This record gives sequence, C-alpha cells and structure tokens, in this order.
Amino acid sequence: MKTMLIRNGRIVDPANDRDEVADLLIIDGKIASLSEFRKFNSGVEEIDATDLIVAPGLIDIHVHLREPGFGWKETIESGARAAAAGGFTTVVCMPNTEPVADNPATITWIKNRAAEIACVNILPTGTISKNLRREELAPIGSLMQTGAVAITDDGHCVQNHELMRRAVEYARMVGIPVLDHCQDYDLVGNGVVNEGYWSTLLGLPGWPAAGEEAMVMRNVLLAELCDHPIHCQHISSAGSVRLIREARARGVKITGEVCPHHIALTDDAIQNFETNFKMNPPLRSKGDVDAIIQGIADGTLTILASDHAPHAQFEKEVEFDAAPFGIVGLETELGLFLDLLMHKKRAITINRLVEMYTVEPAKLLKIEAGTLSPGGRGDVTIIDANLDWTVNTREFESLSRNTPFGGWKLRGRAVRTIVNGETVWELSQTKRPSKVVATA
Amino acid sequence: MTRARESEPTVVSKVETRTDLRWSRKDLLGLRELSADEINFVLDTADAFKQVGTREIKKVPALRGKTLVNFFVEPSTRTKTSFELAAFRLSADVINISVTTSSLTKGETLKDTAKNLQALHADILVLRHSSAGAPQFLAERLQSSVINAGDGAHEHPTQGLLDLYTIREKKGRMDGLHVVIVGDILFSRVARSNVFALIKFGARVTLVGPSTLVPRDFERLGVTISHDIDQVLPTADVVNLLRIQHERQRKEYFPGLGEYVRLFGLTKERAKLLRPDCLIMHPGPVNRGVEIDSEVADGNQSVILDQVTNGLAVRMAVLYLCGGIAT
Repeated sequence: MKTMLIRNGRIVDPANDRDEVADLLIIDGKIASLSEFRKFNSGVEEIDATDLIVAPGLIDIHVHLREPGFGWKETIESGARAAAAGGFTTVVCMPNTEPVADNPATITWIKNRAAEIACVNILPTGTISKNLRREELAPIGSLMQTGAVAITDDGHCVQNHELMRRAVEYARMVGIPVLDHCQDYDLVGNGVVNEGYWSTLLGLPGWPAAGEEAMVMRNVLLAELCDHPIHCQHISSAGSVRLIREARARGVKITGEVCPHHIALTDDAIQNFETNFKMNPPLRSKGDVDAIIQGIADGTLTILASDHAPHAQFEKEVEFDAAPFGIVGLETELGLFLDLLMHKKRAITINRLVEMYTVEPAKLLKIEAGTLSPGGRGDVTIIDANLDWTVNTREFESLSRNTPFGGWKLRGRAVRTIVNGETVWELSQTKRPSKVVATA
Repeated sequence: MTRARESEPTVVSKVETRTDLRWSRKDLLGLRELSADEINFVLDTADAFKQVGTREIKKVPALRGKTLVNFFVEPSTRTKTSFELAAFRLSADVINISVTTSSLTKGETLKDTAKNLQALHADILVLRHSSAGAPQFLAERLQSSVINAGDGAHEHPTQGLLDLYTIREKKGRMDGLHVVIVGDILFSRVARSNVFALIKFGARVTLVGPSTLVPRDFERLGVTISHDIDQVLPTADVVNLLRIQHERQRKEYFPGLGEYVRLFGLTKERAKLLRPDCLIMHPGPVNRGVEIDSEVADGNQSVILDQVTNGLAVRMAVLYLCGGIAT
C-alpha cells in the first residue's frame, strides 16, 4: 500500500470548514484519516509542508486543451502538465476542438487519451449545438453518458433564445449544467477590443460591454424559467456583475466566473496593438475591474478560472484584427489571483480563494472533487502563498507562450501538485527560499 | 498666402545641415505620437519640396538608389499615386504591390511578406492596410522605414499632414482656428489624424455628423461634438468634409444618403452660412451631391485641389525624412 504523509501544513479545506495546522494522510490514492497511520511504519513518503498551505486539488473549470485537432497549440499531455505546474489537479476542457466534441466518439477519445497520457484529471465538456453552429441541439444526453460534465458552445454563443431555452431544459433532464460564453453577435459585430476611449482612439472595432450583458440577462431569464443552472463564463463587465448579483439575490441558479486577466489589466494595455492583450471578452475599464473584484468579495462571482487559450506564436504574430483571441493562463492564474485578490486588494481570504477553485466548481458540476474528506480522491495542491516569483514564459509546460504576464512579479503560487497520491509536479528547490528543512 | 519666413530653405541646404536634424524617426505611423515641433518640421520640409514641383526639372536626387515599395493591402488610387509620384521626384526606385497581386491572398502572413520585401533590400515600405496597427506591427519588425498610408480606422498621417499644411499655407496659423470636420468620424482615419494633430496646435475642433458615426469618446481629447451643422458653420475657419463611405457602412448606422444630405450635406444653401474666408476641404474622392454640392466643391472657397498638390510635397518630405533615418 502506498502511503503519503504531508506533515505540518496549514490545511485549508473549505468543504469541511477546516483551517488548522495538521498532517494529511493519503493511502492508495485516497485521503485517509490520520488514525489509520499507525498501521504503517515503513515505505511512507513524507512531505514537509511547514509554512505551506495544503489545499484540496484545485479545479480549473475553463481550459482549452486543443486536442483533437490543434496539437500545435497544445495537447492533452502538455495542457495537463501546464495544469499541474499551475497547481491544478482537475481541468474542464472546452469542446471547440476538431472534430468538435459534439458527439460521444470525440468525448470518448478525449477521455481515453487523457487516461493514457495526462498527469491530471481531465473532464470533457460537450457542445450545446451540433458542430457549434447554434442551429440544432447536440445529443446532450449521449454526451453526458459518455462523460461530458457540462455543455457549452464556448468561443461561440447560441444567439437563438429559443434554442438556448430548450438546451437548458434538456440539460436539466440530463443533470448537467450549461456554461455560456456570453456574447450578443449583433451588438458585438466584428469588435476586437472594449468599446470606449481606447477603441475610439486606435480605430479598432469596439466590443461593447452591453454585448455581454444582454446575454447574461438572457441567461438569468432562462435559468429562472427552466430552474436550472447556467454558468456565465469569463465575466468582464460591471453590468454583468450587477445582473448576476440581482438574480442570485432572487435565488436564480446563475453563476459567474472570473479570469485573472479581467482583473489584472485594463483596455489601455492595447495601445501598442500587442495581440497578447487580445482576448474574448476583451479587457475593459478600471470601473469594470473594480466591480468584478467587488463581485468576488461579496460572493456574487463564485468561480475562478483561466480560459487557458493556447495559440502558436505564428498565429498571434499578425495584424491585431486578424489575431485569434485568447491567452494561456494555467501557469499564471493562481499566482495572479493570490497576488491581486489576497495580497494587494485583500478582497478575499485564502480560504475563500481555495473554495472558489474547489467547492464552487465541484458543486456546479456535481463532481466528487475539491475536498480533503477521508475517502475522497488523493488530489492535493500545496501552496506557498507568500513566495515571490517572476513569470518566465520559457519555463512554461504549455506548448504555447501567448501571455501578457511574462516578467510579472507575483506573490504566491503552487509548489507541489499531487494527483491520486502521486506528486505530478513540484517546484524545483532552487526556486524556493532557502530554509532549514527538517529531515526525518 | 504663404507664411513669411526669414530664409527660404532649399532642399540642398537641408541635405547639408542634417547634423542639426530635428527628425529621428525611421517610420511615420501616426500623428498622435508626434510633437508639434516634429509636425512643423515636416511641414517646413514640405515647403521646400513644394517649390521643386514648380521647377522645370521636378526631380531631386535625395533618394537616388533607394527602393520604395508601395504595399497596398486595401484598394487606393490617389494615395498610391501620390506616394509613387513623390518617390519618383525624389529619384527613388518604386515598385507597387496591391492586394490582388499580393501573396497575402495565398495565405502568407503580413510579417512573412514584409520580411521578403526587406530581404530584397526595400528601404521604404509604404503600407495601406485595413487593420488598425498593421504599420506599427511591421515597423517593430523591419529595419526598413514604414510609412503608414492609412490603417483601418486608425490613422492616415500623410493626409493629416497635408490637411495641416494646407491650413497653415492658407491661414498662416493653426492656433485658435475653428476647424469643423463633418461626416463619418467613427470609421475615419483621416478624422483621427486631423484631430490628433490639430489639438497639438491649439485649434478648436468640432466634429459633426450623425450620432451613430461620431464617437463621444473624442470629447475626452477636448473636441466638441455637434449634430447641428447649421449652428456650427457660421463660426468655422475650416470645414473638412469626409467622404461618406457607403460601401463600408452597415445599414444600421444611418438611414440613407437622402437623409444624410438633408441633415449634414454642405449644400449651396448651407454654404451661405460660411464666412467668406472659410476654407472648404475634402480628402477625396468627392461624392458630389452627397457630402458636398458640386458647385460648392468647385467654388472659390474650396481648396480641395490645393490639398492634392500639397499632398505630393508632404509625402516627399515624409519619404525624405524617414528614408534618411533608416539604414
């Protein structure tokens, strides 16, 4: 029997309302009660977690692993390694692959490939509509039965409210949530950056916040009508935060997600037409950033995610209009959120931050993950919340380097990622501050 | 009326006094990043080149041996011709590449195409492109000079410079003038370059047009916005009419040309509201009967053809200055 003992860490386990310095035991890939430890006295892997946070394995509910179809941007293998390096033990991958994950065979392929090659848990999603064309429903029941944990047309947005309504009703029968990329195509048009001062000055087509808010409002109405959860992905505007806050106060099953770039940057970053600042939805104003942080602090926005969107350099190194949207995020998101939300803005505690990365997504997806309860999966993220580090894109595990955060100095990051009781990634000791390590 | 100056500089003396050069840019990407001094320096240089155009021999050897590529990834006739002629008058060798002959249609990236042109030792690349920022993208990646000949709705710096040159030439100053720009401001690179530059010289700028085509964010630059042209015209020193580009419009932006003319067209009747010394400008090509009545376009307040002549001088100045920096 394989045993791992994580010693003397600060256990932050929001699912069990635990925050205490203690040891954590993993036996045969499952969290075990400490009382079982005396049965073993040899072959135990001991890990010193003094001054470190021992959290349930983090979940990123929004990543693009690009396989099948776009293996030059990312593969399931490299994306999983990037996840591990960012402190994630579970990632939920989006279905806009080639072929599109709108059929059971593709979902099965992704699951099999992940089982074969990925060092973290990969949970696939299926599409809402066939071939992401927003015209007819994908076989949502079959997708769920083969393993899709949610449906989403991410990257696209179903414009037909009637089709969306039926998708939500159908998903309710099947028991999986609907994740929506909120974008009204008429309002947004060919917009590439936030509509405002900078789009006006630079003559770049504007993407107005109302283009997101109109669909957030639509989703509020449909979640209410169908009494089923709709999760609004990558919320970028103050108006969206307000709509979600009001709806949640009424008990509507609507949730909102935040990506680090939408609180770390504003639209003035696009001044030099640098395409690593081009994402969808776009970077917005200071007022939007403040409202999102407020929404995180008051519990309106409940889930943190990366929208990890790898693209090769040759794809990003083109005219601004022509460049694909999106940035990689798995290896920087935890550092950015710890640094911005906890250290700089003091908007939330470490407990809430861990909760937003574990309990909240697990609850939405109804998956067994995100806790350190005995008997649960031995997925653990060990975090040094005070470690100062610099983002170095050359060290990324991801195949792609499209990030605006290269060179950023951040405080806090994962130092070890454990999946099923096995360390799948560890920050090299040379990157950590020297301290006296107790040896057994 | 030309502004009086102590000594009329000649092209030759400029070449010889390059040690005190007030120009250090290899590229001209936009007017927003230029200082008033730099703009004045280009205009002064254009003064000297304008004289060249009146000589019997209209050619100077300033760019002899240099290669200029007119790279137009968006259709254009007058701007391309103007740059081409400017380059000829400076004795540069010129090749034209337009979108139909370009390999861009075969899937080559802009960067690769430009790197190929550089590998052929093109010294100056004049780029017209439908994407805002495309000239900056190339300028950051090439040793060659990159001259923006219009990028999306962003900037059209040589048009802005020739408009300023014409105003300065006719009015003797820009400070305190009331310049009215009428039309499709939202999609206009000409409007942006004019606004950015005019503000630096203390001109008062009013943007006029349908609310859907006049972005309110310009107010943050200190520009006034109006939707009542009749109220604005009586105090104007310059009226610059932009082409209403229906081919680029989506129909939801304004109800139609008839309504546009009724609300914003510079008709013969409306022209009577203008001061007698108010200049009427247009970057061309003119839609007669839409943004301006035919008779007004041809009237004695119109400086539309002066703009074309001055455009040549300004482009010679820009090619000369930037081409002298790039190595």
